[in-house]
Amino acid sequence: MRSKSAVALAGVSALALYSSMAVGSKYNLPEPQSVIAKDIYDQHILLLWICLVIFIGVFGVMFYSVLKHRKSLGYKAANFHHSTAVEIIWTVIPCLILVVMAYPATKTVIAMKDTSSPDMTIKATGYQWMWGYDYLQGEGEGISFYSKLSTPRAQVENKAPKGENYLLEVDNRVVVPVGKKVRVILTANDVIHAWWVPALGIKQDAVPGFIRDTWFTADKPGIYRGQCAELCGKDHGFMPIVVEAMEAGEYSKWVAAQQSASAVKTSMHVEK
Amino acid sequence: MAAVHGDAHGHEHDDHHPSGIMRWITTTNHKDIGTMYLWFSFAMFLTGGTLALGIRAELFQPGIQILQPELFNQFTTLHGLIMVFGAIMPAFVGFANWQVPLMIGAPDMAFARMNNWSFWLLIPAATLLVSSFFLPGGAAAGGWTFYPPLSTQGGLGVDFMIFAVHILGASSIMGSINIITTILNMRAPGMTLMKMPMFVWTWLITAYLLVLVMPVLAGTVTMLLTDRHFGTSFFNAAGGGDPVMFQHIFWFFGHPEVYIMILPSFGIVSEVIPTFSRKPLFGYSSMVYATASIAILSCVVWAHHMFTAGMPTVGQLFFMYATMLIAVPTGVKVFNWTATMWQGSMSFETPMLFAIGFIFLFVIGGFSGVICAIVPIDIQVQDTYYVIAHFHYVLVSGSLFALFAGAYYWIPKWTGRMYNETLGKTHFWLSMFFFNLTFFVQHFLGLAGMPRRIPDYNLQFADFNMISSIGAFGFGLTQLLFLYVMINCIRSGEKAPQKPWDGATTLEWTHLPTPAPYHSFEKPPVVQ
Repeated sequence: MRSKSAVALAGVSALALYSSMAVGSKYNLPEPQSVIAKDIYDQHILLLWICLVIFIGVFGVMFYSVLKHRKSLGYKAANFHHSTAVEIIWTVIPCLILVVMAYPATKTVIAMKDTSSPDMTIKATGYQWMWGYDYLQGEGEGISFYSKLSTPRAQVENKAPKGENYLLEVDNRVVVPVGKKVRVILTANDVIHAWWVPALGIKQDAVPGFIRDTWFTADKPGIYRGQCAELCGKDHGFMPIVVEAMEAGEYSKWVAAQQSASAVKTSMHVEK
Repeated sequence: MAAVHGDAHGHEHDDHHPSGIMRWITTTNHKDIGTMYLWFSFAMFLTGGTLALGIRAELFQPGIQILQPELFNQFTTLHGLIMVFGAIMPAFVGFANWQVPLMIGAPDMAFARMNNWSFWLLIPAATLLVSSFFLPGGAAAGGWTFYPPLSTQGGLGVDFMIFAVHILGASSIMGSINIITTILNMRAPGMTLMKMPMFVWTWLITAYLLVLVMPVLAGTVTMLLTDRHFGTSFFNAAGGGDPVMFQHIFWFFGHPEVYIMILPSFGIVSEVIPTFSRKPLFGYSSMVYATASIAILSCVVWAHHMFTAGMPTVGQLFFMYATMLIAVPTGVKVFNWTATMWQGSMSFETPMLFAIGFIFLFVIGGFSGVICAIVPIDIQVQDTYYVIAHFHYVLVSGSLFALFAGAYYWIPKWTGRMYNETLGKTHFWLSMFFFNLTFFVQHFLGLAGMPRRIPDYNLQFADFNMISSIGAFGFGLTQLLFLYVMINCIRSGEKAPQKPWDGATTLEWTHLPTPAPYHSFEKPPVVQ
C-alpha cells in the first residue's frame, strides 16, 4: 500500500506541476488578438470547466466506490443490474450539456465563415517550402512577395545559439492594417499546406488547384507568428507565417515603400 | 502466450498435426492462431514503439540532432501505420481468435483454414512496411494518413506501403467475416444474442464495421496507386481530380477505424469490471445499444478530421453536431461501468487496475475529443500536439490498456499458469505514470501552438518536449517488463486453478479446465 500511495503522490504532484506552469502562461492558447480568437479562447475555457465538473462528478462516484466497496473491507456485493429510469436520465443530461456547448460554437462557425465585404484581400500561396503573398484588393493592391524562413541554418544544426523567434521568423512579413477586415484567399502550388496564425484564430488548408478563403481583423498592432499546419514534406517544420499588424498611417507608409521598391525593380527589369 | 497446448492433444483426439515450425505454419486451431496474432502484434508494438522513441529522441531538444527531417517524417509515418495496422488491430483479432469460440462455446472458428491465411498474410505486409526503410528514398513519409499530392510525390516506399495496406485490408476482411460467421452460427444452444458476453457483442459490431470500411480504404489506396503510376487524376486538380476527395474517402474509412480499435476494448473492460466487482454488468442491453449507436454514428462523422480543409458552413455544423452526439452513448458506457462498480465487492488485481486506468484516461481522451469536435476550437488545435495527446489518450491508455487488462485476465486460461501479481501491478503503475508524463504535457504544447509532425520547434516548447521525451522512454522500457512478466508466467508461473477469478461467469471459466485444452467444446455446453 505504501508504494501505491507514493506512486499516487508522485502522479498528483506531477499534475500539480503541470498546471502551475500552465496557468496564464504560454502554455494555454495564445492571447487572442481578434474577435474570433477571443470567442475560441472563451469557448475553450467554458468547455474546460464543464469537463472538470463532469470529471469530478463521475470519478468522485467511482473513486468513492473504489475506496469503500472493497472485498478487502468485507463489503458484500449488491446484485442490481439495470434501472431504466437512471439510464434515461444519464442519456438525456449529456444531450442537454451538448446543446449548451453547441450554441456558442454554432454562432462562431457562422461568423468565421462570413468572408463577405472585406476591406482588403490577400492571396497566400503555399510552396514547398515557403509562402507567397499577393495583395489582390484594397490598399496595397499589387504588392507581391515571397516569405521564407530567416532563421540561419547554423541555428538548426546547433552551431549557433538559437534566438527568441527560432523557426518563427521570416524575411518578408505579411503586413496588414489594424481594424480592417482582411480576407485571405488560399491555394498551393504543389502539395497541401495550411496557413495558421493562432493569435488571430485562423487556420485554413491551402489546397493545390483550389481556392479556399477565410478572414481576420487584427485588433491591435503587433507581430503574430504561426506555422504551416499540414504536413507538406521535408521542410514542413520550416515554413512559418508572420503577420505584422500596423496602425493605418504606418501601413500606408509601408505600402508606399513596397510600391516604390517594386517600381524600381520593374524598371530595372525593363532596362535589361 | 505461446508454448501452451503441446501436451493437451493426442489423447482423446486422433488428429495428428505436425509439430515444430510446421505446427504454426499449417495450424487451423483458433488457439494457435490467436497466439500467433498476439505475438505478432507485440513484436510490431515494439517495432512501432522503437520508432516512437526515435521521434521523441529527436524532439528531446530543439535543433536537429538525430533524425534529419526526411527520416523524421518516415518515422512518424511508419510509427502510425505499424501501431494501427500492425499492433492494435491484430492484437484485438488475436483476442477474438482465442476468446470468441471459448466464450460462445464453439469448438473453433467457422473458417479454420481462412483463419490461418488471414494471419499469415500479416507477415508479408509487415515485411513490406518495415523493409521500406531500406529502399532508395526510404519509407513513406507523408504521414500515416498519406494525403495526396504529398503521397503522390513519394518514392518506392509509398508503393510498398500501398501494397502492405492492401494485404492488411484483405487479412482484416477475412478475419471479420470469420468472426461474424462464428458468432452468428456457432453459439452454444441457449446462448441467444442478448445473452452473449459483452466482448463477443463488441467484436460482432466491430467486425461489421471492418467489412464496411476496409474495402473503402482498399479503394482509396488503389486510386492513389493509379494516380502514381497509371496516369489517372483522381486526386490531382490539374487532371480534374480533387486532393480533398482523398481525405473524404480516407476518413470514411478512418473514423470507423477509430472505433474498430476501441469497441473491442470496451468489450474487454466490460468483462473485467464485473468479474472483479463480483457483480453483473450494469445495463447490459443499454451497453449493446450504445455500442451499436457508436458504430452507426462513427460512419457519419468522418469530416470532423477535415474542419480546416474547407467545407460549407452547413457541412461543418452537421459534422460538429454528429460528432458531439457520440459523447452520449460513450457516456452511457462510462456510467454503466461506474454503476457496475458501485456497491460491488471489488478487488484490484492487475486486470482490474488496467480496466480502471482505461476508464480514467479514456474519459480524459473523450473530453479532449469533445473539445476537438467544436469547430472553432478545432480550428486552433487541429494538426497540433493537442490532437496527438487526444488520440494517444484514446489509443494508448484506451485500446492498449484494455489489451493489457485482457492479457492479464485471460493468460491463466491460456497457459494454465498465473502471472506474478506484484510485477503486473508494477507494470500498471509505471505505465500509468509514464503515459501521463509523456502525453499530458502535449495538450499544453498543442494549445501553445506546436504543430504535429515537425522535427524541430521554437524554444518556448522546449521544457514540455523534454518532459514528454523522458516519459516516452520510461513508458517504452516499462513495456519490456510486460514482456518479462508474460514469459515468466508461461515458463514458470504458478499453476492456475480452473477459475482463478471468483467473480468470472463466462463459459471459458465455468466450463473448461485450465489451461483450455487444445480442442475445446467439441460437445457444445448448454447455456441456461
